Amino acid sequence: MPADTDPLIPKPATAANGSAGRELIRLEQVTKRFGDTTVLDRLDLSVDAGRHVTLIGPSGSGKTTILRLLMTLTKPDEGTITVDGRRLFPAPEKQCREVRKKIGMVFQQFNLFPNMTVLRNVTEAPRTVLGLSRDEAEARARELLDLVGLADKCDMRPTRLSGGQQQRVAIARALAMRPRVLLLDEVTSALDPELVAGVLDLLRDIARSTDITLLCVTHEMGFARDISDQVLMFDAGRIIESGPPEKLFGDPDHERTREFLSSVL
Amino acid sequence: MSEITPGLWALLLRGVWVTVQLTVYSAALGAVVAFVVGLARTHRLWIVRFVSGAYFELFRGTSALVLMIWVFFVVPVTLGWQLVPMWAAVLTLGCTYGAYGSEVVRGAVAAVPQAQREAGVALGFTPAQRLRKIVLPQAWPEMVPPFNNLLIELLKGTALVSVLGVGDITFAAQLVRNATGQSAPVYTVILVLYFVLAFLLTRGMRQVERRAKANVGRLAPAGPGTAARTGRVRRRDLAGSSSASGGAS
Repeated sequence: MPADTDPLIPKPATAANGSAGRELIRLEQVTKRFGDTTVLDRLDLSVDAGRHVTLIGPSGSGKTTILRLLMTLTKPDEGTITVDGRRLFPAPEKQCREVRKKIGMVFQQFNLFPNMTVLRNVTEAPRTVLGLSRDEAEARARELLDLVGLADKCDMRPTRLSGGQQQRVAIARALAMRPRVLLLDEVTSALDPELVAGVLDLLRDIARSTDITLLCVTHEMGFARDISDQVLMFDAGRIIESGPPEKLFGDPDHERTREFLSSVL
Repeated sequence: MSEITPGLWALLLRGVWVTVQLTVYSAALGAVVAFVVGLARTHRLWIVRFVSGAYFELFRGTSALVLMIWVFFVVPVTLGWQLVPMWAAVLTLGCTYGAYGSEVVRGAVAAVPQAQREAGVALGFTPAQRLRKIVLPQAWPEMVPPFNNLLIELLKGTALVSVLGVGDITFAAQLVRNATGQSAPVYTVILVLYFVLAFLLTRGMRQVERRAKANVGRLAPAGPGTAARTGRVRRRDLAGSSSASGGAS
């Protein structure tokens, strides 16, 4: 477990740094097209620091694209994106890189580096990007791997782990950068059913015990209900309904939301 | 007509040594060229891609033999400096096989899944760091088998230097033929010599391949006579992982 004196994960929303409830992410009039298909259509979105937001909706409705835009894996065609008061788009590459350090992402397919051990997967970016010493980075990595229950797998290659274990390493790897925002892109979709619970429990833990801002694309509605402060329903590149999970899952206003929920539940 | 005398054997052996040197130097230069040009061909700036692409087409499309003669005989006349035959040969072979090698590098780098690069972006790596830490280490195992082919092509290509009077195996064989008046014995001998050298290269490269694949958590395909050694790699690889065997599927 993490030591109290050295929190593994930043707590941006505490009174100490006065950022509680402050807007952290802002998308304005963002449009993204792939060829003739408009994936996001003049979308506005604002997320306050420390919030846990879940994005739901049918596939192709633009949820994952939001995460990829925030991670600068793709660029919008129009609009502006701001994170923590700094422009992410449009912005020079150098500024993007600075903003990127505040954002972590966990992918559907884990994307661990097969050419590194589990420990190295977690220490490489803190050492290379943040300039931590080897000892600091390894101490942090071992704590995180302990948190995700894989402390004994440090010296193994990720390809030797199960999908669930790989995903937990990927979560540790993202957290090792101490991001203020964690993007979760269908993190359990590629897992065998019996491995899903372990990963979701870990994420519930993280959501509960930290004030990291979470943006989560998932088809696990139970999980979404548990961790979210806010749920956004996407359809055809727009947010058609937004609200607390009790409202959205219990008594949605929109007919499309009702249809979607009945199709997945 | 006469036998191949001890003196002529010594000549052939010296030829072997020259061929080995030519192969090593040309391969070293060729590897540098292959990586520089191969990576330049994946560069985001079109001008870099264009120049490196032009280099590739130029050297792929010209004959190494003609180029070698050109470097040795034409360059001195036009530029006023003369390369020793050995280095003219290394320069030509390195640049030519480097061009072929650039295709290997480019292909292997392109074959690294985009998702790996994206993971690198998400962790804040710069493009150069992604290349060094993620892309090249994963592309390397894919490069080794085609590099092995090229290396053997290069070894055999060194025979071209005999036209410049460099005393390699083939040049020595010509001298031996002149001395003995017979083609069959000596050319049979050097046929075998080239084969032995190529075989040794292949064995060496297979070791390299196995190590490279183990580094990305994969096993190299077992070639003939290599089963026992593959077993050793496998055991080492599994040494720390016995507890996870159930979840590794």
